[in-house]
Amino acid sequence: MRLVDDGLTIAGRAFRSRLILGTGKFCSPEAMRDALAASGTEMVTVALRRVDLSGGRDPYANILEFIDPKRYLLLPNTSGAMNAEEAVRMARLAVAGGLPKWVKLEIHPDPRYLLPDPIETLKAAEILVKEGFTVLPYINADPVLAKRLQEAGTATVMPLGSPIGSNRGLQTRDQLRIIIEQATVPVVVDAGLGAPSHAAEAMELGADAVLVNTAIAVANDPNRMAVAFKTAVEAGRIAYEVGLGAVQETASPTSPLTAFLS
Amino acid sequence: MSFVAEFNALPLPALVRRSLSAGTAAVRASLNQTQPNLEDFARLISPAGGELLELLCRRSQALTQQRFGKVIRMFAPLYLSNECINNCKYCGFSRDNPILRVTLSVEDVLREARALKAQGFRNLLLVAGEHPRFVSNGYLAECVRALHAEIPGISLEVGPMETEDYRPIVRAGADGLVVYQETYDRVVYSEMHTAGPKRDFDWRLETPERAYAAGFRRLGIGALYGLSDWRQEAIAVAAHADFLLRNCWKAQLTISLPRLRPCAGEFQPLTHMSDRELAQLVCAFRLVLPDAGLVLSTREPARLRDGLIPLGVTLLSAGSHTEPGGYTGAGREKIHHTERGRIVELAAGSSEWAPQSDRATNATGQFEIADERSVAEVAELIRRLGYEPVWKDWDAALTA
Repeated sequence: MRLVDDGLTIAGRAFRSRLILGTGKFCSPEAMRDALAASGTEMVTVALRRVDLSGGRDPYANILEFIDPKRYLLLPNTSGAMNAEEAVRMARLAVAGGLPKWVKLEIHPDPRYLLPDPIETLKAAEILVKEGFTVLPYINADPVLAKRLQEAGTATVMPLGSPIGSNRGLQTRDQLRIIIEQATVPVVVDAGLGAPSHAAEAMELGADAVLVNTAIAVANDPNRMAVAFKTAVEAGRIAYEVGLGAVQETASPTSPLTAFLS
Repeated sequence: MSFVAEFNALPLPALVRRSLSAGTAAVRASLNQTQPNLEDFARLISPAGGELLELLCRRSQALTQQRFGKVIRMFAPLYLSNECINNCKYCGFSRDNPILRVTLSVEDVLREARALKAQGFRNLLLVAGEHPRFVSNGYLAECVRALHAEIPGISLEVGPMETEDYRPIVRAGADGLVVYQETYDRVVYSEMHTAGPKRDFDWRLETPERAYAAGFRRLGIGALYGLSDWRQEAIAVAAHADFLLRNCWKAQLTISLPRLRPCAGEFQPLTHMSDRELAQLVCAFRLVLPDAGLVLSTREPARLRDGLIPLGVTLLSAGSHTEPGGYTGAGREKIHHTERGRIVELAAGSSEWAPQSDRATNATGQFEIADERSVAEVAELIRRLGYEPVWKDWDAALTA
């Protein structure tokens, strides 16, 4: 646990917002743009497979035109990659296409639960770090893998709360606690946060940031849900900084039995 | 192990019987299963499930939005050839049908693809009859290679092949393979497929596994509803999907729900599945296979498609043609008859050359399209329903 808080800094870049947004699943690019604005986020992920990588401006693959690069750090993600080789290739193509040399490393060969492949992720991270990428790897909540990635030089670790899009909250809480305790880089809890209370809980645990997509994108009112998450992240962070009271099994009477001794 | 052994052990008639006799209480119980099994699926498609259709639709819609978001992926079929060595009683391309045939050249295919790209499509399904001479794997690989630079997503629906024969096509940049079993009823299957290699039921059933072994990352399966009892077909499809998800675990799976349409040969559907039952089936697939893509083609009429989109469908075609050259007229000067595998040229003055006002080519289509709206109209409708039409969701350049 870090005893001093100096705001969220990833790879030397400071962020005021501790909420990162994904850009998939929205009902229109306009709805996405508005929700990003409402959330106060400063970093958004974009799936490379949906982007025109030829350098042209394909009107049928134009998601980037709705994301202001001055306002948000664009974090290309490698979703769709099944192994290290494909992920590395995607990251290089993104840079060649003019995107930032940052990458959210996502390698999930299983399209059902989209659970990340730890072996391929570590391999890809080692290669990309050497090539000068700022690497933010999506991982299962495995504390040892998190340490290995930090040693490899990743800028964060992004353990999941539960599978992507599942809205199941922090099913991995005990492991997350260990990852946060041992971390030397920011810990971003990614995936499975279906309610603002899940995000607040992650922040109360000491996560440095959270990443949310589905819960906002498919909400009936994405803008208001974005505000709800923003508020929850801020609340959870403040609570963490102040320090939550210890949880006890029994009531703690306000008139203690030992009062007569004072 | 292949799916054949598992399929042979499936108690399909018993599952259908249990489906037909299920009560609404049993359906509700299955709806609340966190890990539904084949028996639950049989209940969800039961007549009693039909009484709870509104509830099924609500559950299916919510689950689809959670898993896939408020997006509909778009694709278009591009027919390469209507040559075929099989006789399938329900298919217009059957070798004994005296239809006008053509196989597009690679340049023709590019021309068709560019026309589709101009309409927005970045994801194409290359379709061809089964004919090793006209439609060889070398020809298919050449087509894919030619399209690779311009079309980010390429799938195929062609005659089944050996794993080794698929590999060059994958290397050329194709990412998906679609193969319908047509019917999972062995008796009906042998009645329907009277000549050609397609007569081998098991060989076809194992096709997705061979495709996966060759490196395809998207697999599509389905039954053609109208040949055998739709519930029995659907239960078999669900079992097949479940097998593929466990064994071909890296592949993305899509399930199509085509109903037989009128075609050359005048074949009439042998069984009936109502619109209501089709909607119920979409929901049932979604509820037991939350991550499977569900495909709806232009075989279905506009009004029905509009209603099904928000229920669980995730992949949609639009503005489709089922005749080779149908988008641009490419290859129309090469149409001919094929008799016993030999090309028979049309006579110079034959009426079969006469241009038809609403068609780009006289080559014969596989079946009639029911939703004839333009691509732009369908895209606008999707937006009105509160979904984003997604054209590009893959990029072959990312891996090859």
